[in-house]
Amino acid sequence: MSATNLVIVDTACANLSSVRFAFERLGVKPEVTADAARIAAADKVILPGVGTAQAAMRNLQKLELVETLRDLQQPVLGICLGMQLLTDWSAEGEVNCLGVIPAQTVRLQAGDLPLPHMGWNTVTAVDDNPLLKNMDAEAWFYFVHSFAVAKDQSTIAQCQYGQEFAAMIRHHNYFGAQFHPERSGKAGAQLLKNFLELTDADTRA
Amino acid sequence: MLAKRIIPCLDVRHGEVVKGVQFRNHEVIGAIEPLAERYAQAGADELVFYDITASSDARVVDKSWVERIARLIDIPFTVAGGISSVAQAQEILAMGADKISINSPALRDPNLINTLVEEFGQQCIVIGIDSFYNAETNTYEVYQFTGDETRTQKTAWQTRDWLREVVARGAGEIVLNCMNQDGVRKGYDIEQLQLMRADCPVPLIASGGAGSIEHFEQVFAQADVDGALAASVFHKGIIEIKALKQSLQQAGIAIRPV
Repeated sequence: MSATNLVIVDTACANLSSVRFAFERLGVKPEVTADAARIAAADKVILPGVGTAQAAMRNLQKLELVETLRDLQQPVLGICLGMQLLTDWSAEGEVNCLGVIPAQTVRLQAGDLPLPHMGWNTVTAVDDNPLLKNMDAEAWFYFVHSFAVAKDQSTIAQCQYGQEFAAMIRHHNYFGAQFHPERSGKAGAQLLKNFLELTDADTRA
Repeated sequence: MLAKRIIPCLDVRHGEVVKGVQFRNHEVIGAIEPLAERYAQAGADELVFYDITASSDARVVDKSWVERIARLIDIPFTVAGGISSVAQAQEILAMGADKISINSPALRDPNLINTLVEEFGQQCIVIGIDSFYNAETNTYEVYQFTGDETRTQKTAWQTRDWLREVVARGAGEIVLNCMNQDGVRKGYDIEQLQLMRADCPVPLIASGGAGSIEHFEQVFAQADVDGALAASVFHKGIIEIKALKQSLQQAGIAIRPV
């Protein structure tokens, strides 16, 4: 797998190290870059992100990466805020996002439960989800977020916290995980491994 | 279902893990990395590293170990200790810490909370509160510089007011350390935690007093905290995380199985 040309987009506001270290534990050396040509040429792309959607989109615009990220044909995985950036729009700052997955990011309606939704929660696959292969039907992942993507046709895994929401979304070659696979123990490592092993057939679905 | 979190806390001093009784008389427990890895493998849901000397020495933690921990473990971890600027926070988060926890510097400059939240997002800003129950006045008082007994001092804040203040400023999580209970293993301060829970719309972590499996069961069932932090019971092998989680699960508490 070490031949995979994996790029982590340097979004400047993110927990880049922990994502990089998680792949290094799998024996892969990812390149962390904000260079549009390197990102476009990668076999697979990770879009990490923490912080607010507004600040992250501003960063991507400043880095002149918006068009590049919209045009990618290879498998792309957005993590946490990175997943939300793949949607059309986020209520966090009411900002237009990359719009590569037809979905919207809204405030999580958790009722009386504490927010942010922070900690380990169970994720259940919806339909065919190649990233949840080879793990328990109900796998545990680590979440930290206050905004979430509402369940719709792009949802490929769901989670429950006050309401049901999309734990994972997908459109063509773009995948998103609301949780942090890089901090989710064995299940998280398996998911990242599954992403590295995605084939063209998986992403054409 | 969101699991209640079991959080071993490693008090770090001069690059080693230590533990004191009621914040005093620190004894060396061991090196950081093997302990961190052992807890992650044993089923800990999260780890906290407190550099207990940092705030009181007016210097920042020696941070080289943060990156080593981030490389090693695959569960989230928080770093606390003397972080009093955006630049220091940035450095620790960039090395791979998931959250930073602020205590005394937030008391000195409450605006620091707003600044950090704006810069890094609410999700990674934890506020630690050292709360002492004053039996004479029947009040909960906030203390600072608790890492060094010669400099530990009472602040003008009552705990509930400070809790409301830090939440209003954007804190993403609260660790409430009940000082009367710390290190004596007689159980969490259920009464205080219940009181503060009612005023805490963000995740609340109980700290101070864990001595037995029953104590964890009580704090989750009675005070509805999101996580329970403990140090000596884990360091000294009094409680095994696996057995703890099995017992909690049998008691009907939502737990991520080991």
